[in-house]
Amino acid sequence: MMRIQARTQPSQLMTFVSPLLAIALTLIFGCILFSALDKNPIEALHVLLITPLSDGYNVGEMLVKMCPLLLCAVGLSLCYRANMWNIGAEGQLLAGALGGSAVALAFGDSTSALALPLTLLAGVASGVAWSAVPTYLKLRFNSNLILTTIMFNYIAFYLLVWAVNGPLRDPDGYGFPESAMFSDQTMLPILVAGTRIHLGILLSLLSAVVAWFILSKTHLGFQVRVFGSDEPAATYAGFSSKKLSWFVMLLAGALAGLAGVCEVTGPIGQLVPNVSPGYGYSAIIVAYLGRLHPLGAIIAAIFLAVLYMGGDLAQIQMNIPTAVIGMFQGVLLFFLLACDFFIRNRLVFTHQATA
Amino acid sequence: MDADFIAQILFSAIKTGTPLLFIALGEVICEKSGVLNLGQEGMMLMGAVVGFLAAYSTGNMAFGVLAAMAMGCVMSLIFGVLVLHLGANQVATGLALTIFGTGLSAFVGSDFVGKTIQGFNPIPIPYLSSIPYLGKILFEHDLLVYLSFIMTVLIMYVTNKTRLGLTLKAVGENPNAANAIGIKVLRVRYLAIMFGGAMTGIAGAYMSLVYTPMWAENMTAGRGWIALALVVFASWRVGRIMLGAYLFGLASIMHLVLQGFGWTISTNLLAMLPYVATVFVMVIISADKFKEKLLAPRSLGKPFDPRHMA
Repeated sequence: MMRIQARTQPSQLMTFVSPLLAIALTLIFGCILFSALDKNPIEALHVLLITPLSDGYNVGEMLVKMCPLLLCAVGLSLCYRANMWNIGAEGQLLAGALGGSAVALAFGDSTSALALPLTLLAGVASGVAWSAVPTYLKLRFNSNLILTTIMFNYIAFYLLVWAVNGPLRDPDGYGFPESAMFSDQTMLPILVAGTRIHLGILLSLLSAVVAWFILSKTHLGFQVRVFGSDEPAATYAGFSSKKLSWFVMLLAGALAGLAGVCEVTGPIGQLVPNVSPGYGYSAIIVAYLGRLHPLGAIIAAIFLAVLYMGGDLAQIQMNIPTAVIGMFQGVLLFFLLACDFFIRNRLVFTHQATA
Repeated sequence: MDADFIAQILFSAIKTGTPLLFIALGEVICEKSGVLNLGQEGMMLMGAVVGFLAAYSTGNMAFGVLAAMAMGCVMSLIFGVLVLHLGANQVATGLALTIFGTGLSAFVGSDFVGKTIQGFNPIPIPYLSSIPYLGKILFEHDLLVYLSFIMTVLIMYVTNKTRLGLTLKAVGENPNAANAIGIKVLRVRYLAIMFGGAMTGIAGAYMSLVYTPMWAENMTAGRGWIALALVVFASWRVGRIMLGAYLFGLASIMHLVLQGFGWTISTNLLAMLPYVATVFVMVIISADKFKEKLLAPRSLGKPFDPRHMA
């Protein structure tokens, strides 16, 4: 007979095993699903997980998808550690794309060296602004951060749709809801010829390392960590909850905004209504899968990026709807939350039990 | 701008507010038991797609609604097992439910996008519907709207006047005390969660069978989230939930109202209005920290582990 027993200390080992277990369970779930759809599960998993990494071009495309996921997830990891339930990465990303595009289009065909830096800055500033409002409303008026950030996601989306149908629409675009293509001067430089690996990918990796440094080596990061694990202790130590909340929220907004502007000045090259296939929401899963650790987020973002790309390939090669990927993400998070049960509990066999 | 036009606007506000009302009524029961289920959007989408599929393939509307309710229950059970038995964080699990439901509904419904069905017909209630103006506003709706009226009254009665309502309140306010007097806290919470799931399922079916009789990806457009705000807005009181739902309904059809005044504003900008209104309302309602603490169920969002009680 087996029995469940609460652990006296959360298990360090399970903290790392749990995501792997969750991924394994999700893949088993996937095999069952593909079999039910009359698709060869081994072939499907190969297309989903191996093909995206099979050659240089595919790896490049995978990294292009990793960039926004990682930027958003690094910010969210810090937010969740400080108990700030920011669900607004998607809106902050869209705001960044919109703000950056407005500046990029204003530069037109100008060859100014300031074009790209100012475009990126505008994207970051827009993301910061989009996260600052819900943060202010929470800290000043005590409004529910989850709900306000979600509402801001929708508001950002309709603002973007309005912009590409109105002020930012390409006058020569036959009425399509798209902006004009950006000039080369406002595009992110390509780092590896023959791929779409752009500067933003480097920035996203850099952001994870910097966030890790802040979190583990600075006093500010120490405060965030204490806040997450023991709020009364943090308050007793005199840490300012307001200051920390502002810090994590604005940082998350800046990174998500950067993700947005990197999408339009990187792989897309213009402002379109569907800038993001829900990167800001998937980043929540990335953050959890990476154990709210900036470096863990790199691995988790790569996994989700592989899944995104595998989903595209599976649709082309095996006629599996891409919506499967959204479902996998939800299942993955379910399994992760379920496996995390064993961080706080363990199975014991009654004949060994002493209690 | 005449009385007929105003009656037409109020009629539409009720129609538009009805899915919000269903979700918020279910969620308020769930929250009164101490559980915060943020998975409304995902459950609603699943209700919408399953309801549409069932109604489309059988041609029976009532069957569609029942299937949507059952789907909502199943979705909420996944949530229930995770938060009640595995002690998972309620916020994270709710989000997972929404992400899962969004993906699964798009997957299940991918072959049915663009297909249409007849949908529910309005049934004017004899005599009542011939009351001038009021009849048009309240009594020329379809069956699901009438069901929402009945459910509002029923829930108001149960929560305020019955032993069941008291049990629910005890579990939400102080689960340890409720447990001590022999109430099965987890069982009450499971039932409350499932009731919420069923109600959200109906709201989904309302979207795909009545409001726009078709299925489209993400057709609920954040209504699940707005309904969550509505519960806070209404301070967990059933009567206010109904009023709030119709106010949000009105905000969503503002473009019709403005057209009545002869104004034209970009529809994309007007589409933001319900979301902006939600933020605005959240700010006004929550500004008084003390009041909200007083009104919210005290154990809301906190796990209860009966093993610690032994």
